[in-house]
Order: sequence, then C-alpha cells, then structure tokens
Amino acid sequence: MSPSLETRGLTVRFGGHVAVDHVTCAFRPGELTAIVGPNGAGKTTYFNLISGQLRASDGAVAIFGRDVTRLGAPERTRLGLGRAFQLTNLFPQLAVAENVRLAVQAHAGVHYDMRRPWRGRRDLIDKAEAVLGSVGLGDRRGTQAAALSHGDQRKLEVAMMMALEPKIAMFDEPTAGMSVDEVPVVLDLIARLKSDPTRTILLVEHKMDVVRSLADRIVVLVNGRLAADGEPQAVIASAVVQEAYLGIAPGKAA
Amino acid sequence: MSLLSGDGPRGRPLQILIGAVVLALMLAPFLFPGAKALNTSAKICVMILLVASYDVLIGYAGIVSFAHVMFFGVGAYGVGLALYGLGASWTAVAIGLVAAAALSLALALAIGLFSLRVQSIFFAMVTLAVAYAFNVLASQLSDITGGEDGRSFKVPAALQPGFKWLDHPIFGVPASGKLIAYYLVFFVAAVAFLVLLRVVNSPFGRVLQAIRENPFRAEALGYRIVFHRTLATCISALGATVAGALSALWLRYVGPDTALSFSIQVDVLVMVVVGGMGSLWGAIVGAAVFVVAEGYLQDLMGALANAAAEAHLPLLPGLFDPHRWLLWLGLAFVLAVYFAPAGIVGALKPAEGKGKRT
Ligand SMILES: Nc1ncnc2c1ncn2[C@@H]1O[C@H](COP(=O)(O)OP(=O)(O)OP(=O)(O)O)[C@@H](O)[C@H]1O
Ligand SMILES: [Mg+2]
Repeated sequence: MSPSLETRGLTVRFGGHVAVDHVTCAFRPGELTAIVGPNGAGKTTYFNLISGQLRASDGAVAIFGRDVTRLGAPERTRLGLGRAFQLTNLFPQLAVAENVRLAVQAHAGVHYDMRRPWRGRRDLIDKAEAVLGSVGLGDRRGTQAAALSHGDQRKLEVAMMMALEPKIAMFDEPTAGMSVDEVPVVLDLIARLKSDPTRTILLVEHKMDVVRSLADRIVVLVNGRLAADGEPQAVIASAVVQEAYLGIAPGKAA
Repeated sequence: MSLLSGDGPRGRPLQILIGAVVLALMLAPFLFPGAKALNTSAKICVMILLVASYDVLIGYAGIVSFAHVMFFGVGAYGVGLALYGLGASWTAVAIGLVAAAALSLALALAIGLFSLRVQSIFFAMVTLAVAYAFNVLASQLSDITGGEDGRSFKVPAALQPGFKWLDHPIFGVPASGKLIAYYLVFFVAAVAFLVLLRVVNSPFGRVLQAIRENPFRAEALGYRIVFHRTLATCISALGATVAGALSALWLRYVGPDTALSFSIQVDVLVMVVVGGMGSLWGAIVGAAVFVVAEGYLQDLMGALANAAAEAHLPLLPGLFDPHRWLLWLGLAFVLAVYFAPAGIVGALKPAEGKGKRT
C-alpha cells in the first residue's frame, strides 16, 4: 500500500544544533509505528515538523502523496492529520465539553458561521458528548479544563485529537504522568483506533510494555537521526536500542 | 431567547441591573426630561455599542487594539462631513455611512492582515501608530475636516429639534425631532448590540475564544487564526463605525474631541474593564456607570464640597472640589480593578458550579 505519510531527508536546525537530522521514513495505513528514543532525541520535534508547528530547514513532508512542506498546521490538519500533544495543550478557561466541541466543529468545517448561535448546532454538541464519553470524561463536561487533574487533562488532550477523526493520528507520550488505573482507558482508545485499517498511527512512547503490545513497527531516533526501523522484536533486540536507548543489559529488556 | 442568542445575562442581580439600565434607556425621554439627561442617555447608547464592539476584539478574541476609536471617528466624520458637504438629507447620511464603512473595512483589513500574524504587542503598537497618524491627518486636512474646530452641520429635518410631528405632546414630552433622533440612536444601537451578541455566540465567536485561550492549539485543530482575527477586527470596526455615525447624528457636530481623541480610547478601555471583559453585557453596565459618573460626579462633588464647607470641615471642601472629579474616578477605577478584576458582570456572576451539572 502506498504511504499515507512520508518524510524525506527531513531536517531542522536550531542555531548550530541539528534536532532532526535527515530523517527519511514512510508510514502506511493500518500500521501503528512506535517512535522511541532517549530524552531529547528529537521525537517531539519530528512530530512538530510533520504536523506543521515547525518549518523544516531541509527536506520534505508528504501527506497522501501531496507535498505539504510549505503548508501551515491548519492546512495539514484539514488533510487528515491529528495530533495529541506531549505537553498538554488545551483551552484552559473553557469547559471540558467546549474544548472537544471546538475540535468537532473544526472537523465539521464550521469555521466562520456567525448566523446562528452555537447551541443551534446540536449535532456538534452531541458528537462532542460522545467523544467525551469514550474517554470517560462525560461527568466532567462542565468543568474548566484548567481545573482537571493531570490525568484527566491528558484524556481531554486525546479526546480533542479523536474528535478530529484523523486519518493520520499522532500521539506524543499520551500516558505520560497518568496514574496506573488511568492508562488502560487511553490504550484501549488507541487499540480501537488501530482496528480501523485505513488509519495510520504514530506513537511516541517510553513505556516498553506499551510499545510491545501495540506497535506493528518501531522506529528509533537518536540525536535526531533515524537509528533503527523494523519489526518490534528485531528492533528491541538490536544493539542500538539496547545501548543508545534502553541503556540496560540485553537480558533485562526481554 | 434566540434574540439574545441563548446568552442572556446570568444570575438575578445582573438580570435586574441590565433590565433596569435598558428600561431606563428605553424610556429616558419620558423618565428624565431635560436636555442634559437625554444627552447622557444618548451617549450611553452610543458608548454601549462602542464598548461592546471593542469587547468583541479585546475580551473575546484577545486582541489588544488602540485604534478602536479611529473607527468610531471614521463613522462620525463620514456621516458628519457628508451632511456638511451634501446638505441635510437621508441620502447624505447613507452615502456617509457607506463610505465610512468601506474605509473602516479597508483599514481593519490592512491592519489585520499585515500585523495579526505577528506578536500581539507588535499589533498593539501598529494600531497605536495608525490611530495617531489618522488623528494627525484629520486635523491637518482642515479644509475638509474643519481641523481642530470640527464641523457643525444640519441633520435631516425629521431629526431636527424644531421638527414637530404631532401637535400635542406625548405623555408631556413634545413630539419633536429630538425624540425621533433619540429613538434612532437607541434602536440602531440595540440592534447592533444584538448582532454583536449573535456573533460572539456563534460557532465563529466560539473559535475567537479558543484563539484567545490558545492560538497554537486552535491552529492545530485546523482553524486559520489570521482569518478569524482579521474578521473579528473588521466586525469590531464596523460596530465602532456605526456608533460613530450615531454620535454624529445626535451631536450634529463632529470634531477631534468628540470623535477621535485618544481620551475616548482610554474611556472605552475603562468601560470595558469596569463592566467586565469577555461579556457583552459588561458593555451595558460599564458604559452606563461611566457615562453617568462622568456627567454627574462633578455635580455630586460640588454638592459635597459645599456641604463640607458649610459644616466648616477641614480639607474636605478641597478634596471634593468638582475639578478633582477625574481623581475620584481614577481612584474608583483602581479600586474596581483591585476588588472586581472581572468587572461588575464578573462580580455579579452566580457562583461557579452551583446548580450546574458537575
Ligand atoms: N524550539 C526549539 N529551539 C531550540 N531547541 C529546541 C527547540 N525544540 C526542541 N529543541 C531541542 O531539540 C532537541 C530535541 O527535542 P525534542 O523535544 O524533540 O526531544 P524528544 O525526543 O521529544 O524528548 P522527550 O522524550 O524528552 O520528549 C532537544 O535538544 C531540544 O532541546
Ligand atoms: Mg518529546
């Protein structure tokens, strides 16, 4: 199958520092790729380049075969990209339900309608409600986003991405900082998303057990460079992961 | 409800306050006869629209602009100069208004597209510079604008004080053009306010709030925020233009002091803050409180100063000297910001969560 997302020689420099260094990689529908690497390896920066928050110094990004390197973040989102951010990135003073509803509204293409009150679009409200329910935040709908616990904020972050119904879904450490009992909700959601064979999923994750249970493929970034790419078992067993990323004895990682 | 776009004032105290102000304005010619009271009422109507349109920008979209009064000036000068040059007719009013609206839109579009991409502090500076340049231009082009003196002009006959449309008074109030002029100001301001209320409560208005909260995330959701911000700037500018036109029609005069002065911009800022930023109802409260204080604080202080002098109290007569009214207004403003940072509307808002779904 042809790739839904491709980066070719993708590079970004911050002054002299090359944060992402000529990364060439293709992602296909129906595939969940875990992107791993030590802190500061450039995983989030790579995501920023793909979703348009950052402009590349060099190289290209293509979504469904279309070169989007010069397009901004809104345009790339409209082409089917969805992003859940590592650092929670909400509308803090707005209600939980409104955060999700705004994502639903964006996906529905309702950008400039000012003729009717927003409550008149019952369909958008109901859809937001359904998405909220799916992450288990239905009973927090009226709370200000800023007042949520960290774990709930992470769930809301994921909910806003889900509301975009992205063809290419990018999760940046979605379970980081969550308590043990909250993690399954998010993992279930990702698994459900994965069951749709038209979806392309990218997942940055540090927890190896999560990676092992969900990933079809693992890509390793080290110092901004693509260090390994392949089947989970092979990559996890490879020397590069053992040394550069996990930094533990090969016996322990198995 | 759909008239208020599902966003009526929340909480009993605020509803009563808003209801009282609106009712007072609606019946002002009958409740408060006398030229000064009617002038004050008309000014409140105009200011409500000016402040509300400013709040769309600063309170909802989170855009800080210092050029808002420039758009007010465009509206006032547009209608004023058209009436001055073309004679007192409704055609002149229409021509002036359309020309003013077109100029406002062009200016808002230019300011928006050129500078809303950049940091908000830069945008604020650009608006300041543009507004300043516009002021200088208006006073330099004195052949057209009348310079510092401004222009007095005749309004269409139906709005002139001498116009009698009934032989007998209505509830003791003469049926003059003044009455028509007042209700023209009142109804146009009211309709424009409701339009703005619809805008901020529409799906578009919700995106404005999202952009104010987190522009980065709004973009990630697929909203092109420069367009939203530019559109908000244009709508806000049109609101101010209409307010300016009403002001010119009411005053039958246009000049820098009444239409362009930077002190009006400061007044508008104070009214937005006192009323409550981010709620259009705050515009009604803020404008009413401010304009009444501006008009009557001096009288009140004069009375207080006299009373204090008669009672031979030390210091107080000087403190309450009517010339010091701005000092007291400033003090009240500082206290208001300190004790009610969310303005009067914020202070009267029902407690969060109570009676609400959890
Ligand atoms: N805007 C920026 N300006 C300068 N340097 C940056 C910028 N963004 C990222 N970097 C640098 O790029 C490198 C990669 O950072 P990035 O956040 O992508 O790492 P990461 O792999 O996501 O790490 P983590 O696992 O901690 O999330 C880091 O050294 C970081 O300091
Ligand atoms: Mg990261």
